[in-house]
Amino acid sequence: MRTMLEIHDVHKTFNPGTINEKVALDGVNLTLEEGDFVTIIGGNGAGKSTTLNAVAGVFGIDSGKIIVDGDDITRLPEYKRAAFLGRVFQDPMTGTAATMSIEDNMAIAARRGMRRGLLWGITKKERESFREQLRMLNLGLEDRLTSKVGLLSGGQRQAITLLMASLKKPKLLLLDEHTAALDPKTAARVLEISDRIIEEHHLTAMMVTHNMKDAITHGNRLIMMHNGRVIYDVSGEEKKNLKVSQLLEKFEQASGEEFANDRMMLA
Amino acid sequence: MLAYVSSLDPAALVRALPGNVAQGIIWGIMALGVYITFRLLDFADLTVDGSLATGGAVAVMLIRGGMHPAAALFFAFLAGMAAGFVTGILHTALGIPGILASILTQISLYSINLGIMGKANQAINVDQYELVASLRYVTAEMDVRIGFFLRMILGGILLIALLYWFFGTELGASIRATGCNLQMASAQGINTNFSKVLALMLSNGLVGLCGGVYAQYQGSADVNMGRGAIVIGLAAVIISEVLFEKLCAGRKMAFAFTLFAVFIGAILYYVVIAFVLWLKMPSDYMKLFSAVVVACFLSVPYLKQKYSKKKKGVVKA
Repeated sequence: MRTMLEIHDVHKTFNPGTINEKVALDGVNLTLEEGDFVTIIGGNGAGKSTTLNAVAGVFGIDSGKIIVDGDDITRLPEYKRAAFLGRVFQDPMTGTAATMSIEDNMAIAARRGMRRGLLWGITKKERESFREQLRMLNLGLEDRLTSKVGLLSGGQRQAITLLMASLKKPKLLLLDEHTAALDPKTAARVLEISDRIIEEHHLTAMMVTHNMKDAITHGNRLIMMHNGRVIYDVSGEEKKNLKVSQLLEKFEQASGEEFANDRMMLA
Repeated sequence: MLAYVSSLDPAALVRALPGNVAQGIIWGIMALGVYITFRLLDFADLTVDGSLATGGAVAVMLIRGGMHPAAALFFAFLAGMAAGFVTGILHTALGIPGILASILTQISLYSINLGIMGKANQAINVDQYELVASLRYVTAEMDVRIGFFLRMILGGILLIALLYWFFGTELGASIRATGCNLQMASAQGINTNFSKVLALMLSNGLVGLCGGVYAQYQGSADVNMGRGAIVIGLAAVIISEVLFEKLCAGRKMAFAFTLFAVFIGAILYYVVIAFVLWLKMPSDYMKLFSAVVVACFLSVPYLKQKYSKKKKGVVKA
């Protein structure tokens, strides 16, 4: 087994020394093996998205270490870490360039982590392969390669962002509540596509979600975060047999608080 | 009123037009630069007011020093790039907000331009040098005239072709992505700071080139020649969008058409100026007039959106 991600005792405090001081990550430890698909749940401000952003390098961390496939990336800037990471964001607008065409977006993603020079930005061969991959999404996008991404729906944009994240196989796929902004039907569709892409490319993935049921039914491992720490970590058979009610109980046990969070969907 | 109307001479307008078209083509080079920062990079770059004069100053001093006028343009381009580089570094490496960074460069260029020329104005005589462009060519004999316009038009088309190629490359696409969506660009491994600096350099290089051509055209470089240049550049870009955006969109090579439209926008701007001057509007008010035109066109998309939203609301209720 190859270890794809090691997060060692990561701490992060936002706005230190001010009235808005917020301890976002308070000693996060997490290790993912190759092929792990971890779902992450927790209340608001638990540190779920912050953990993903710390891995992606959106901000520097105060202390700790982040190692991807043996490489210490703790000090690398965001754009250099991108070579290892595929990312899909909560807001469908974030993952794609709206004023550029579908094929331009995909061509940029296909060169993630590579030197960009004066070669033409997209090749004929690529165009064909993009068309094929879009066809598999079943969203009718295969004939719209030159359409501006800004004209597409949120679900279509998320699907394309997912595809973009996998064009150049990432060592780690980070899904940050990527279905939260979609209607239930579209969300289910995008989750289905996520599962398929993760399986097909045998990706190691982390998915933050507010939907407990999704967290249980997807992936092979589930972790719960609270106050910037991992408070519950379950995998294998035990995870498969989890019930939402058990998760709620776990949360109350571990945090000593009642689970009263309207953003957390129970069903 | 009647006396005013009868005092307008249509022939005078026709006589003035070729000169204005020539100016329009020359400023079109600058408008391409403004298009790169303002539209592709989403960066309001005021460096151009300074880098235009820098390009002019460098070209004129080199020509006076014996360099061929065409070769001098290459150095005008490089000088503009250097100016863009400074703005880019101020913004990306030193974290100064974009507009402010560009104003700082613009102000310091005023001193630098004075330093390059040694005084506020340096002339070059078309009789002494084989200038690429000159006011005099516009009224010269037919073959000189045709040669001049051909040179300008071919030069413009060459620039459009080069830019079309560059922004179609991997590197060019990374600049477009940076201007469109910073988060997406970073997530795709694009060094957005590098993209910004590169785009600012390319843009100001074009502005410097324009300054070099324009200084030759008017027969001198002046430390104030770039004052308000950004407004002219914006006017050209916006006129082209208002008139041609729908025509360009969705076409094959839409981007090349868009760049071409920017040139047309610059020419139209100068034709309108010629018309307004012909109407005997005092030339002192030209800058005010330009600013009003740009303000009007810039507000059109906003007002359109606001108006259509209101209409929707009424329908819903």
